[in-house]
Amino acid sequence: MSATTGLQVSDLRFAYSAEGFRVHVPQLELAAGKALALAGPSGAGKSTLLRLLTGLLTPTAGKVSLGASQMETMTHEARRAFRLQHIGLVFQDFALLDYLTVTENILLPHQFRGTADAAVRTKMLDLTERLHIDRYLNKRVSHLSQGERQRVAVARALVHEPQFVFADEPTASLDPARGRIVVDMLLEDTRRRGACLVMVTHDPNLLPLFDQTVRMEDLATA
Amino acid sequence: MRAAFHLAARYVLRHRIQSALLAGALGLVFALPLCLRVLIEHAQQELRSRAAATPQIVGTRGSALDLMMTALYFKRENLLPLPFGELTELQHHHSASASTMAAAIPLHVRYQAQGAPIVGTELEYFPFRGLHLAAGKQLSRLGDCVVGATLAKQRGLQPGGHLFSTPEQAFDMAGVYPLKMRVTGILTPNGTPDDEALFVDLKTCWLIEGRSHGHDDLKKDESVVLTKEEGNIVGNAAVRMFNEVTDANIASFHFHGDVSTYPISAVILLPKDAKSEALLAGHYARSKEQQLIRPRDEMEALLTQLVRLEGFAASALLLTATAALLVTALVFALSFRLRQREFATLEDVGVSRVSLISVKVLEVLIVGLAAAVIGLVLLQFSSFAAPYLLRWAL
Repeated sequence: MSATTGLQVSDLRFAYSAEGFRVHVPQLELAAGKALALAGPSGAGKSTLLRLLTGLLTPTAGKVSLGASQMETMTHEARRAFRLQHIGLVFQDFALLDYLTVTENILLPHQFRGTADAAVRTKMLDLTERLHIDRYLNKRVSHLSQGERQRVAVARALVHEPQFVFADEPTASLDPARGRIVVDMLLEDTRRRGACLVMVTHDPNLLPLFDQTVRMEDLATA
Repeated sequence: MRAAFHLAARYVLRHRIQSALLAGALGLVFALPLCLRVLIEHAQQELRSRAAATPQIVGTRGSALDLMMTALYFKRENLLPLPFGELTELQHHHSASASTMAAAIPLHVRYQAQGAPIVGTELEYFPFRGLHLAAGKQLSRLGDCVVGATLAKQRGLQPGGHLFSTPEQAFDMAGVYPLKMRVTGILTPNGTPDDEALFVDLKTCWLIEGRSHGHDDLKKDESVVLTKEEGNIVGNAAVRMFNEVTDANIASFHFHGDVSTYPISAVILLPKDAKSEALLAGHYARSKEQQLIRPRDEMEALLTQLVRLEGFAASALLLTATAALLVTALVFALSFRLRQREFATLEDVGVSRVSLISVKVLEVLIVGLAAAVIGLVLLQFSSFAAPYLLRWAL
């Protein structure tokens, strides 16, 4: 495994309060180009772990390395810049801006980075075609179905070809067939580019598709 | 910054009705004090210029303001009438010592024709106000009228047309009756109340008032005679009264009573020089029945009150503007609070805090800019509408 391009977690601890919910990950490694599924019952801390890995939450203790970057040592702003550049996020609630079109939502990170060039647009067209949302490009996302919105969120996470993709139950709003298309696309895209994929899922049928599976209940007893 | 502007503009456009309402309210609130200023400045300028162009006015003692408004703006104020003899006095009595002390122009302002004031005066009034004939000819006989430019345009009046005077009371059977006046000329516009008035000879006013009349010749038709007493013939109810002066009946019109007691509203005095002005002012200062006013002074006194009122109004509007600003700040604060999830998403995606602040600031600026544009349009409109509003108000 390449320690400088993959994901490494060691003795990661987090608690919302002294007596409250806790997450503890003694050790976790994911090589570049590999995919990890985070499974577990609701409330087990899957989404919290995802937020810790992406730097949206700061751990109480331990280390999170994304490539050569130590997330816990970075400032808030540095983590933000890192996410914009190297991380693709798919949120459980899609987190799209209703007043923007599909194109504008997908290119949003690029707009703020100033890199929304022709190559990026070509990549966007390719992604939207594969996700079957290419005919909605100029439509506002508020006019789309839940499933279509979820696919827009996936396209936004992948369009800037990030080294790390984190997806929080991206198939939750989709029928099994569409869900499978989305997961296949995430896996194919990250593997082809040698990027890491960490995905939270409830669906046991999807777990065999991943290189690694981490069950939250196992972590808690680890 | 470009991305922040794009995002801010898209949000404002998506919520265009709410944003337009907010911008409209802000624009209105901030433009109002300025519009008020523009209107008042225009009013001051116009009121001053007409007052300054009218050196002195003589009328019966009473309200100086009413006298000024009657003589300058043809308002039908409840002025006590000035006897016509006073004009004769002015024109002839002072002649021994001051025959050329001042030109005197009488005004009779009491009646209306279809809502427009009928101003009884003499021909000197027209050159004094810079009024010329745009069409037709001047007053040449009893019952003729010349019409101001705006009034003629509004009513579609042309030389040769007719206009009826309006009775003061619908059921005044014995008094004033509608006179059919012949329009002989249309005046050029001078941007003053003259444009909305119609002008007649003083005698025509007295004819409307009933001090003069024309009827069938009682000597020629016995059937309309009620009694004959010592050469005085009294007609019965069948006597035909003329409500229009024509070439055929003009000879039958005659006045009853002493013309010097006939009423006029005011006399405009145009003193020859400062000394004459002072002498005339001194003369009327001693008079118990008449007063002489300098419209310039009266108008300044009136405008001083207006400026004070404007101060109060401006203070109230400024307070309103401050309140509107606070409400707007609250609206934005609440809007940003409601959109916390949206901004959190942008943060999660990696948008910097500076960019997020830029988005918010730009949204405020876009709405503020729209408000400024609306305010400027309102201001421009108030400049354009000021003369019409003033004319309407007066």
